[in-house]
Amino acid sequence: MLSALASRFNLLKQFRQGNFGDAVFKILAYFFGLFLLFITLFIMYQLLFQGIPAIREFGIGFLWSTEFDPVQQQFGALQFIQGTLVTAFISMFLAAPIGIGIAAFLVEIAPERVNRVVGFLVEMLAAIPSVVYGLWGIFVLAPFLRTYVEPWLIPVVGWIPGFEGPFRGYSVFTASLVLTIMILPTVAAISRNVFQAVPRDQREAMLALGSTRWEMFSQAVLPYAKGGVIGALALALGRAAGETMAVTIIIGNARRVFTSVFDQGATIASVIAGNFTDASGGVYISSLFLLGFVLFILTLSINVAARLLIRATSTGPTNPTGGF
Amino acid sequence: MAAGQLESGATASDRRRKLMDKFMTGVAYFFTFIAIAVLVWVIAYVIVRGISVWSPAFFSENTALFGDGGGIYNAMYGTFVIVLMAIAIGVPMGIMAGIYLAEFGDNRLGDFIRFIADTMAGIPSIAVGLFMYGLLILIMGWNAFAGACALAILMLPVVARTTEGIIRLVPGEIREASLALGLPQWKTMLRVVLPTAAGGIITGAFLAVARAAGETAPLIFTILGSNFFNSNPMEGAMAAVSLYVYQASSSPYQAVQEAGWGAALVLLLFVLGLNFIARAIAFTQKQN
Repeated sequence: MLSALASRFNLLKQFRQGNFGDAVFKILAYFFGLFLLFITLFIMYQLLFQGIPAIREFGIGFLWSTEFDPVQQQFGALQFIQGTLVTAFISMFLAAPIGIGIAAFLVEIAPERVNRVVGFLVEMLAAIPSVVYGLWGIFVLAPFLRTYVEPWLIPVVGWIPGFEGPFRGYSVFTASLVLTIMILPTVAAISRNVFQAVPRDQREAMLALGSTRWEMFSQAVLPYAKGGVIGALALALGRAAGETMAVTIIIGNARRVFTSVFDQGATIASVIAGNFTDASGGVYISSLFLLGFVLFILTLSINVAARLLIRATSTGPTNPTGGF
Repeated sequence: MAAGQLESGATASDRRRKLMDKFMTGVAYFFTFIAIAVLVWVIAYVIVRGISVWSPAFFSENTALFGDGGGIYNAMYGTFVIVLMAIAIGVPMGIMAGIYLAEFGDNRLGDFIRFIADTMAGIPSIAVGLFMYGLLILIMGWNAFAGACALAILMLPVVARTTEGIIRLVPGEIREASLALGLPQWKTMLRVVLPTAAGGIITGAFLAVARAAGETAPLIFTILGSNFFNSNPMEGAMAAVSLYVYQASSSPYQAVQEAGWGAALVLLLFVLGLNFIARAIAFTQKQN
């Protein structure tokens, strides 16, 4: 507020001095800067506004109802929140060791030239469009899992609650695996920045004590970089929660609560994308908007938390795309 | 690095430590290998399946979602028009926002907007699609312009943040020299700073465009998809390559799925191509 007032004051001065060019330049720059802020708030408002009929109909109970019946015009969000959180957390926990491993390889092990090539390749993983991952997931990965992974995986984990039942190709599990691939570059890229920001002294002191490289990494680098790495994981979690196309294609879009990750399910994003063109009638569409608002708030809070963590710990430039 | 200086008189614990070190190094190699193997698997598979579908007819016929499938002529036109419009809307706005952040953003408000821009980059694209549906489609009906606006919004934070970063890299002396010659701030920006930063800004723009070109979710809510050729971006449903890949993936027709692979290859080459161009520009900039 103060700064806005101050700038307005400056504007007056510039106008008085006849420096119109700079005044216009400043107004334009401020306009587009504030536009970023405006558009974010406007998106949030629009989603909530269009969701009002659904709020009137279902109230706050929308959040914990598992009803989804277009015929009866009854809608709820709980099973989709479940799907979103389960897929996002599975993929985050799978991407965490792999992404941190890649970052460690790039920073601690690989020579400069290998580093650049591998960094580029991991980045390409992020460049592949979501819908292509979806196509690959449903026609290549799902059959592959059914043929080569299911026979030995089911006897091992089949007795654990949450992993029971028949193994389906189009499942929460397959969707989570594809999400893992998609968020891997985010984890790897930001972890790499964070590891690079760890001072040399930290490493050298540890090595001078006679430690091995692993001891140096696990005891001197990782503790130092912990906050940033957690931030990277949170950012990846947010990305996984908001990812739409690949999940919509693969997860099977079963609009009910699932009890096994090998079963079909739906996420908030997938149910919106998958049912939007069928949605007719005010409350149906409105419920999808309200789901969109829930997703927006969910990913926004995860992202804010992630950014705060990364900002507090990383000295390197944090690219908004999470790229290298 | 200097692992295990205690070569003489190595005890069991030293051996165990060194073994652990070797093991964890192997794990890091293995994880990196997994990532690259998946990359090769996806790209190679799309190329092999896609190439076999490509034919002159594939690029000159309109899409079809039943029977023997079709081409992607109308979808390529749609993607081209939508991406061009998104560039025209999103890039100038993003650059202006970046100029704001670099030139006037060193205060509380600037910090807040920078934070919002970073957070905005993580907002699901489907939310932007829904937003556009509520804002424009309910009033105007299906149209490609709204799709382009949605993609432009997705490009905004990326272009803004890269532009800011590049402008901040322009040496102060260049700017000061221009100001000392009596050029006003806006002329200094336009004639001196932006040309110096052009390479980096273009790189950022290409990366943002690459990201937007592969987006599908916002298009479901704005252009809907169509099997006909529609040249008017302001009115009527339109096809796009990414949207067609999605529709083909859920088609029960074998031939349509095949066409989906062909379209996926077009999309993949387009997006990876844009990424390569961006890298190449960045690389030549660094050389200079």
